[in-house]
Formats: sequence, structure tokens, C-alpha cells
Amino acid sequence: MTDPLADRPGGHDTVVSPVGVPAGGVVSLAGVSVAYGSNVVLQGVDLAFGAGEITALLGANGAGKSTLIKALSGANARYGGEIRIGGDLVHLSSPVQARQLGISTVHQKVADGIVPGLSVAENLTLDDLAQASRHPLRRRRQALADARAALATLGLDWNDAVLERDAATLPISDAQLLVLARALRSTPRLLILDEPTSALTAAEAERLFDVLRALRANGLSIVYVSHRFGEIEALADRVVVLRDGLVQSVSSRPFAWHELLHDMLGRQTALENERGTAARGTDAVARLEGVVALPDSPPIDLEIRRGEVLGVLGLIGAGKTELAELLGGLAQPLAGRLTLEGAAYAPKRPSDAIRAGVVLVPEDRQKQGILPGWSVLRNITLPFLAESSALGLLRRRSERSRADTVIDTLSVVTAGPDALIDDLSGGNQQKVVVGRWLSAKPRLALLDEPFRGVDIAARREIGARLAAIAADGAAAVVFSSDVDEILEVADRIVVLVAGRIELDRYADDVDRPTIIHAFLGETAASSPAAGTAPSPAATTGESAPAGSTTTESDPERTSP
Amino acid sequence: MTSTTTAPPARPAAPTKSAGERVSGTVVKWGFVAVTALLILFFVVSEPNFRTVDNVFGMLKFIAPTAIAGLGVMLAMTVGGIDLSVGASAGFAVSIAAWTMVIANQVGGVAVSVVLVCGLLIGALNAFLIVVARIPDLLATLTTMFVIVGLKLIIVDGKSISSQMTLSNGTTAPGKFTADFLWLDRGSIGPVPIPVILFLLITVLLWFLLERTRWGRALFAVGTNAEAARLSGIRVQWYRTAAYMGCGLLASVAGLLLAARIGQGDVTAGNSLLLDAVAVALVGVSVLGIGRPNAWGTALGAVLIAVMVTGFTMAGLPYYAQDFGKGIVLLVALLFSFTFSRRRTVVTAGSTTSAS
Repeated sequence: MTDPLADRPGGHDTVVSPVGVPAGGVVSLAGVSVAYGSNVVLQGVDLAFGAGEITALLGANGAGKSTLIKALSGANARYGGEIRIGGDLVHLSSPVQARQLGISTVHQKVADGIVPGLSVAENLTLDDLAQASRHPLRRRRQALADARAALATLGLDWNDAVLERDAATLPISDAQLLVLARALRSTPRLLILDEPTSALTAAEAERLFDVLRALRANGLSIVYVSHRFGEIEALADRVVVLRDGLVQSVSSRPFAWHELLHDMLGRQTALENERGTAARGTDAVARLEGVVALPDSPPIDLEIRRGEVLGVLGLIGAGKTELAELLGGLAQPLAGRLTLEGAAYAPKRPSDAIRAGVVLVPEDRQKQGILPGWSVLRNITLPFLAESSALGLLRRRSERSRADTVIDTLSVVTAGPDALIDDLSGGNQQKVVVGRWLSAKPRLALLDEPFRGVDIAARREIGARLAAIAADGAAAVVFSSDVDEILEVADRIVVLVAGRIELDRYADDVDRPTIIHAFLGETAASSPAAGTAPSPAATTGESAPAGSTTTESDPERTSP
Repeated sequence: MTSTTTAPPARPAAPTKSAGERVSGTVVKWGFVAVTALLILFFVVSEPNFRTVDNVFGMLKFIAPTAIAGLGVMLAMTVGGIDLSVGASAGFAVSIAAWTMVIANQVGGVAVSVVLVCGLLIGALNAFLIVVARIPDLLATLTTMFVIVGLKLIIVDGKSISSQMTLSNGTTAPGKFTADFLWLDRGSIGPVPIPVILFLLITVLLWFLLERTRWGRALFAVGTNAEAARLSGIRVQWYRTAAYMGCGLLASVAGLLLAARIGQGDVTAGNSLLLDAVAVALVGVSVLGIGRPNAWGTALGAVLIAVMVTGFTMAGLPYYAQDFGKGIVLLVALLFSFTFSRRRTVVTAGSTTSAS
């Protein structure tokens, strides 16, 4: 890691003109930087958080929000630069220490903060378990009293029956309040909330906002991470935009949303210059007829056409992974039918799909894609062992030629086909996984979040390969929750919201705001399902990998 | 997603290693072979009887059942599992072979067939519990171990079965251990005893299967990342089932050799086999720094234990010193595999429940 203080990238100092921040602030950061290996995720962040102030943290996936929060909450002790609390230089080495110093964090996944099997009261007083000074026996009365006191900070009064329930039985919104109350027990000076409303209904979120406003009035400094502009508009005093590990802008009310979006997503203008006309597909390679991907969502019809790259855009829970999985043979549609090249297509398992010429690059590279400890070559040839063998005997030359082809066509940076996959950077690992599947010469290539953790150079190369196979008469579908990624690679754009198609247009025939509007579900604010449907994030079991903040929000509840 | 606007720095083609890393790499890779060689050298010098051809084959013959059961455990480990029922399976095989020949009065060939089928069935039971019932492998095979030990005792009435034994109704058992069955232990082709031939044959066969065929590659893929394997079109559950059935089969082969060696259906046979077999398979993972289950490593681990036990015995050390020696060998092996090795060691026994 380079010395974060010595050589800060220029250009952003001019942007950082903290507006309305008391000098020093409650917590201040100077040149905070974090690198994972050679991958610099935060490159010298200067920020100050003042008392009685709500600071919203905005940024696209991979902008560095999670990394910043990890450093601030003590979850990542290996940061560079200075963090000061009340003017004193501190080194945050563990969450417990950060909490003792006055920084409490409520993480995005509420379920992870709850210990099932313990009562609500015990969960509220969970931190006491780790304190040696506490009474060694679990005292029920004491726990109840402590729990009630903790809830009182939120103005809540839960009765004993609720406090003694198994915490796992609490509805998600109450669980959210529970972890919030617990975070406030240590009377923090800075409270970090990571997407606190992602599982809440609008009414529940409103209740939370009231609580947060009251806390602000008491002088608490709050960092609020969210993708929902409506909430930020309603709540925040300041907005900090992160992009590519840098503070892009700090602004105070009134917020200029268009500029904030631009700060957040950046590449917009460059992209528009770069893209010419979008390729028009010809006939359908695959067709979805009346397919229901998510429970309670309407049936959809979709044509996947030869010769074009289709980009399916949707938030987590919008049904895009489900769609990819049922095409790839990992799941069966709840209703409706699929056809491939005009014939009925009902894969029961991935091997059926592969045989039919449909390949899936799965969402989670580490868990579903690569074989750790294996060579690049063996990672590439795994699905094609039958083709690379005679009577079961593997033919080294055939494996080798396939691996060389993949490495060449995608310019994989590696010491050679026999290098371990683990020694490759994330982007190159992804190129190996994508290249593996494209080397099957598929009729239909499905790529679920192929650009997660992938740098822009690798993304361009993968995008070019997709365009090439489409030009050769195949079809490619990219599933993503990132508008820019989709705009960059897709010829045709389909926006999924809560399992239904919100928009289906060619890329050169639609403008960016229209896509974003559709994407955020703003045209469907009156959907009757809102408020009654269970939170998709909770029901699909889909989760964002650690280290990346995914746009995890229920579009139905986005109130701009 | 992380997008840095600059391309990531190209990694150096061959990362330069420090001298320390190179030394530790060499130790990890050759340490075990060196220890075995030194031990052999030591006994060759100190024990005149050690260096006879008879002794070499004697050692290999002695260790063959352990080695074969260890190869079975190794096979289960390739799919990321483990089989704790190998000792019980071998013991079951001993009693069933004796029962078939002595009580049911069948010839050796029938006994062998019955035992092998039983081995496959035990493997299938393990596979069923792990793949279909989704019980973690450690627990499933532990349960199987209890069940088949108990079943064995029920079948033989809790007694060791020997030729011409007196049955509970006062009559003499009709059959005996037949000569063709005993040939499994006492026979030889040229100077090489049958158990040694079986040991080498099975080792070569498994090495070939695992390292040279696509089925072997698929077994390892299942053990390394079952989800990635499934998405690559590999029928994960089939391979898991095959691995456990293969393990059961090898365990019963080990049991056949034990039965032929003892010459009677000793109910305690196989009791000590489990620990040795698992130890041998674990040693095999670390041999040559391979870091994953493999056939030659397992065979070498078995040879090392045979050398140790034989040498210790010749040197007049008590039997419990052997256990201590085995323990030290296993400890060193595990240190090589998990602590000193830079490579990720793929032994995930006990952690694989079959998801989906």
C-alpha cells in the first residue's frame, strides 16, 4: 500500500470543502486508505462527521462505501491514514474497541445481528456477554430491565412477553429496531447505519426516521448509507458521494440530485461518445412464455434474440438471478414455458442446459465459479472433460489448446495455463470463468453479475467478447444491477422490477434517465403489491458478498 | 464491483521467492520421502534382518489391509468427505466371510463375492445418508460404523467363527475356511505375496483413475467446489455416491485380507484399522506437498508406517511405542499439510453436507 498521506490523488481536495461541519467534528478522517492486495479500494479519504448531523453516504457498487464503513466500525484494522475521535488520534482495531470509543454500527443484514434461540432481551443485552465485569450468571430480571432501558432510547416500550420471545420470531422491522437499540446502548457519538431500510415497509421506515431525527436532535452524529434518494432527501443534512475510492463531492442542502447522480456514476459522458448504434438481433434463440420467476409476480414474456447482447437490469430481488437460473437449469419456472430454437426447453439441471448449448456464468465467482487451488487450465476445462478425453482418458493436448485459446482471446494476465487460479486478480479470474463458458461456443450465454469485483479493463474485454459471440450468431444475456455496466455492454436493455418487465428497448433508442426511472421502479409506485408482499431481499435469500455494497432495496418502497 | 480506472499492474510472471520460502517448499515437498528413506536406512544399518527380501514383502503384506482401507478413505476424501466406517466394514467383512464359509458351508469364491457385495451396500448406505438424507459425512459414517458393528455381532451371535467350531445346538459347524480363500493371504505370484500384489494393483488403478481420467478430475472438482462442479454439468451426487461405494468396496477387500490372514472370523478384527487407515490417507495428502488426497501418497504413508512398526518391533520396542510413533508421524504430516504449506489443503472432512 502506498503511503496514503504522501501522495494523495489531486483533484478531490478542491471538492472537499466540508459544508456546515464544525471544525474537527465528532469523528474525522484524514487520508484514510485501504487496499486489498494490489487492489486499492479507498485512496485517501478526508471526511469529518459533526455532532447532530446526518451524513448520507452515496456511491455505486464498489465505490468504497463498505470498505469505509468497515474501517470506521473497526472491522478492518488494516487501514492507512488517520481517524480521530473528538480530536484524539485512534487506531480502530476491533468492533468492540470502536464501540467503546463511541462508534456504533448497524450492519445491512439485520438477520446477522440477531442470535436465534436467545430471547429479545438477551439479544438486546448481547454485548454484556463479552464483558468480564458483568455478573457471570444470566439474570433474567436484570436483562429485562436493561433491555427496557435500551428500548427507551428509541422511545419504545415492549412488554415482557415480547422481550422473552425468541428473537428469531421477531418481524424484520422490529429486529431492525432491536439492533438499532443495541447499537445505541453504548451511547455512541457516531452511529453508522448501512441500508437500514432495505427490509422495512414505508411506514416502518418512517418510524425509523422519526427515531433518527430525535437522535440527531440529541447531538448524535449519524452516517446513513442508502441507495434510496427519497430517504436521503427526507433525512440527510449532507451527502458525501464516493466513487472509485475517492470522495467525489460533499454537498449540503438543497441537494442537486442530477449532479449527485453524475458524481456517483461518472462515466456517463464518456460512455455516450463511445457507443454507436446498438446491434439489432434477428430471430429468437430463446423465448420465455408466461414465465413466473418470483412468487407473486406476474408472468413475463421475453424473447432473447440471436446476434445481440441483452442486458437485464434489476435490483436484488427483482428476479434477475431467478431468471438466469431457470434458463441455466438450476431452477424450474413456477409457471410458463421456455423454448430454445423453437423447441421446448426444460432443463432439469445444469448439465442439461450445457448439452443444449446454454451456459451460465454464475453470480458468485468464488462460491460458484472457480476451483481454488486448481490451475487456470483445469479451471477452464472442467465443464468440457468429456470433449477433452477419449474413453475417459484425459488428453493433455486438447485441454491445453482450449486453455490457451481462452487465455489469448480474453488476454488473461497469468504466468501460464498451469498457474494457480488463486494467483490471478479478481478481474482475471472472472475472465477465466467467462472464457471457460464462451469456449463452449454456446447458443445462449447467460452472465449473472459478471462484472462484480472486476476492473474496467477486464470489463471492456469481456464486453467485447460478448459482442463478438453475438456477431457470430449466438445470443448473450448480461444480468446486472448496475446501470453503467448494462449501458456499456448491452444492445438491448430489459429492466426487471419485482419479477416483471418494466422496460424493453434497444440501447440507442432509450435515454439514461428513462432507464434509471424504470430501474428504481418509479413508474410503478402505485403497484398494489407494495407493502403487503414480503421483502424480496428477505425471501429470495440472495445476498450481497462482503466487501461490496449492492443496490439492495425493494424498488416498491423507493419513495423519491 | 471495483473499478479502478487504471489497468491492474501485470503480475510478475514468476513471483520471486525468498530463500526461506524455497527451503520450506522443499521441506514440504520432500520431507516425508526423506523421513521414510532415513528410517529405512537406519533400520537397514541397525537391524540385519531388516534388509532381507522376505522382510520387505513381509512388511508390505502386513500393511496391505491398512493401505487398502486407507486408499478407500482417500477416495472418500477426494469428494470432500471422509468415511469412518472403514474399520467396521472390514470387520464386518471378516465375520461375513467366516460365516459364509463356516456356517453356510460355501466355498471361498462365494464368500469373496458376498463380502464385496456387502462392502458396496455399506458404501451405498453411507452415500444414501450423506447424499439423500443430507447428514454430514462425519456423523453419517460414524452412525454406519455403529450399525454395522452391531449387525455383525447379531449375525455371528457375538462370537468369533472358526472352522469346526461347536454351534449353539451342539453340532459342529459344517464348513471351514477353504484353501482358495486362505490363498488370499498365503498365496504368492513369484516371490510377491497376493496382498502385496493387490495393494500395488489398487494403488496404480486409483492413481490412474484420479490423475488420468476425467472421472478422477470430476471427483476432485466435487471435493474442491461442489457448486462450481454442479454448474459445470457434473452430476455431483453420482460422484459422491461412487466415492463412498468405492470406499466400502476397498474396506471389504481389506477385510478379506484380514480374514485370510487370521484364518477365522475374529469379531475384534478391524477394530484398529480405522485410525490407521485415516492416518495413512491424511499422511498421503501431505506427501510430496501435493495438498490433496492421492493414491501414491497414501501408499507411501502406509509403507512408512510399515517400516516404523517393523523396525520398532525388531528393535524390541513395546507395541505401544508404535502407536506413539504413528501419532508423531501423523502430527508431522498434518503440520506439513496445514501449517507449513503455502498451498491450500483440501481436506474438508466433516464439513460437507450435500447442499442441493
